[in-house]
Amino acid sequence: MTQPSNAPQPDSAALTDIFRRMLRIERNDDAILSTIRKGRLQMPYYSARGQEVIPATISHFLTDEDQICTIYRGIQDMVAKDMPLKPLWAEIAGRIDGTCKGKGGPMHLTHPPTGVMVTTGVVGSSMPIANGLAWAAKLDGSRRVVIAYFGDGASNIGAFHESLNLASLWKLPVIFVCPNNGFAEHTRFENGTSVDQISKRAIGYGMPGFTVDGNDPWEMYAQVSTAIARARDGEGPTLLECTTFRFLGHVLGDDNKYMAEGELAAAKEKDPLPLFRQRLLDEGHVDEATLAAMQAKIEAEVAEARDFGLASELPSVDEIRRDVFAQEMMA
Amino acid sequence: MSTTTTRAATNNTGTSKMNSLQAVNAALHQAMAADDKVLVLGEDIADPEGGGVTGATAGLSTKFGGERVRSTPISEQAIIGAAIGAALAGYKPVAEIMLMNFTTVAMDMIFNHAAKLRFMSGGQTSVPITIRTLTGAGWQTAGQHADHLEGWYAHAAGIKVVAPSNPVDYKGLLLSCIDDPDPCIFIESAGSLFVPAEVPDDQGPIPLGKARIVQEGSDLTIVTWSSQTVRAQMALPAMAEAGLSVELIDLRTISPWDRETVLASVRKTGRLLVAHEAVRDFGPGAEIAATVSEELFGVLKAPVRRLGAPKCPVPFAKVLEDAYIVQPDQMVAAAQTLMG
Ligand SMILES: Cc1ncc(C[n+]2csc(CCOP(=O)(O)OP(=O)(O)O)c2C)c(N)n1
Repeated sequence: MTQPSNAPQPDSAALTDIFRRMLRIERNDDAILSTIRKGRLQMPYYSARGQEVIPATISHFLTDEDQICTIYRGIQDMVAKDMPLKPLWAEIAGRIDGTCKGKGGPMHLTHPPTGVMVTTGVVGSSMPIANGLAWAAKLDGSRRVVIAYFGDGASNIGAFHESLNLASLWKLPVIFVCPNNGFAEHTRFENGTSVDQISKRAIGYGMPGFTVDGNDPWEMYAQVSTAIARARDGEGPTLLECTTFRFLGHVLGDDNKYMAEGELAAAKEKDPLPLFRQRLLDEGHVDEATLAAMQAKIEAEVAEARDFGLASELPSVDEIRRDVFAQEMMA
Repeated sequence: MSTTTTRAATNNTGTSKMNSLQAVNAALHQAMAADDKVLVLGEDIADPEGGGVTGATAGLSTKFGGERVRSTPISEQAIIGAAIGAALAGYKPVAEIMLMNFTTVAMDMIFNHAAKLRFMSGGQTSVPITIRTLTGAGWQTAGQHADHLEGWYAHAAGIKVVAPSNPVDYKGLLLSCIDDPDPCIFIESAGSLFVPAEVPDDQGPIPLGKARIVQEGSDLTIVTWSSQTVRAQMALPAMAEAGLSVELIDLRTISPWDRETVLASVRKTGRLLVAHEAVRDFGPGAEIAATVSEELFGVLKAPVRRLGAPKCPVPFAKVLEDAYIVQPDQMVAAAQTLMG
């Protein structure tokens, strides 16, 4: 489907807020990478560098009450949603001050106060659970919305199809957001997916589906605001496919051998972060001094969070028996 | 397998005669009336669709409305996922998965998510869902409709596994599962559904993790649950006739299981037979036998014995299906062997 002509347009404040969220994701990603490379963090890392516009634009419309279910490549989604960085860092370092006391780690971060309800390492599993949260939002009579993030590869798993059907049938306030970065691990999109646009699958489930340039904040803004309004007004779910590219391959250490010659370099030339920054300045939405101050503030926040996380204590071994059930007991 | 739930017969003694399905129905009515956070969902479970294939959910949607009692598409992952999400948001969903074999379709949701989210979130979120499901050989449904999979679930951390054998326990244990802050799988079984009993009208929750001593005895302990409790009870007269004083324990909760009651009993009798309908090899009986052997090696008068199904899919032909299920006379024979 194409964009409605009366689509809402972002003002300067909105654009600046979206950029702030993107920058926070990118600065945080950069710090994680350098800390891993220095040998001070040990974790499997699924960077989302290059995909920042998507969660940044979506989170612009969300409050702490709104909830997300995301995946292993989801740290960007949490950072965009303004999750505090200190417990995030402590968690990815496996420390006791982590959001999950070091028991979830980077693939299972949870932080209900900012609406980060589930992060899953199982492809396609964010969607069925997001439906349940959305069902609860409806039962509560609230205007909360729930975002289910998932990859393009995940749209081929049974859970995706069951979830879209149920959400449409029950008119749930959920938005299925797929950053389509062109690859599922090493498999090219067209070698694993039977349609050329995932959004076409929405037709089969009786819900609106859109393919958006996920690197274009204006396009994203228009579609996301429409989808959110639909969800909040009780009109049901939307499927948003947002095309993008991941600059660091599937997992850190990936040699990208499965990519075509020059493919990565070409994508990097369209890196949304510097392009968006330049356009903000060119069109006069914000000035250089404001952006420099914003960047300094974010960098300080990230550095403080990293130091906090790395300095936090390791969990005590008896944590192994805690939180299995509400009441500690031998299973 | 379509049966209708008729109203339980009430008398004036403060109890009502009912079968286990009626007890489930009574528990659901009671729980939904007591707490408006309790939700019910599953295939065909609302009244327009017949109130569930067994009638266990009959009347609920009429009484509590279509928002709280929802028939779903045939989508086991979506059903359990929706239950998990609603639970994360503070509700207490009871999800019906028509038959236990179909829970395997939703294994990711149950095993990787429901059972682990509390731990992986460091205690920040909990998943107070109840999964009601039905299984058991005896109805000639063959390989894909009758497996007892409690061992699969008991092997996972973070989920409680409950398998009652009589209407009182069906009602009391289901009430406890619904109220429990963690996920529970509640296994209803073919062999125990239609044995009626008097259930107190004010029957409340029965604690999880506590076994029931069906009969006290001094020569040997038999540990069973679910349908095998019913069959063991059929074997009791023959055992008595053979001069055996049997202590029969209905475990009721498979995980966490009531070690104290079982160990105390074997300490007294010195002999243990575990009988379950699940496949014997790698079954829950192995865990119980190993624990008793480790804890009470010096007390045991004979090696622990286990009875369970052979390691084959549940067969169709009646003669094979009967051979698959451990029958009361096999329990009698095993008990006699244990006595030496
Ligand atoms: C059910 C399941 N199968 C396989 C995997 C291994 N795996 C991890 S990520 C991945 C690729 C997923 O690609 P996509 O959904 O496009 O998301 P992306 O990583 O591109 O963000 C695979 C196959 C898994 N985690 N879960």
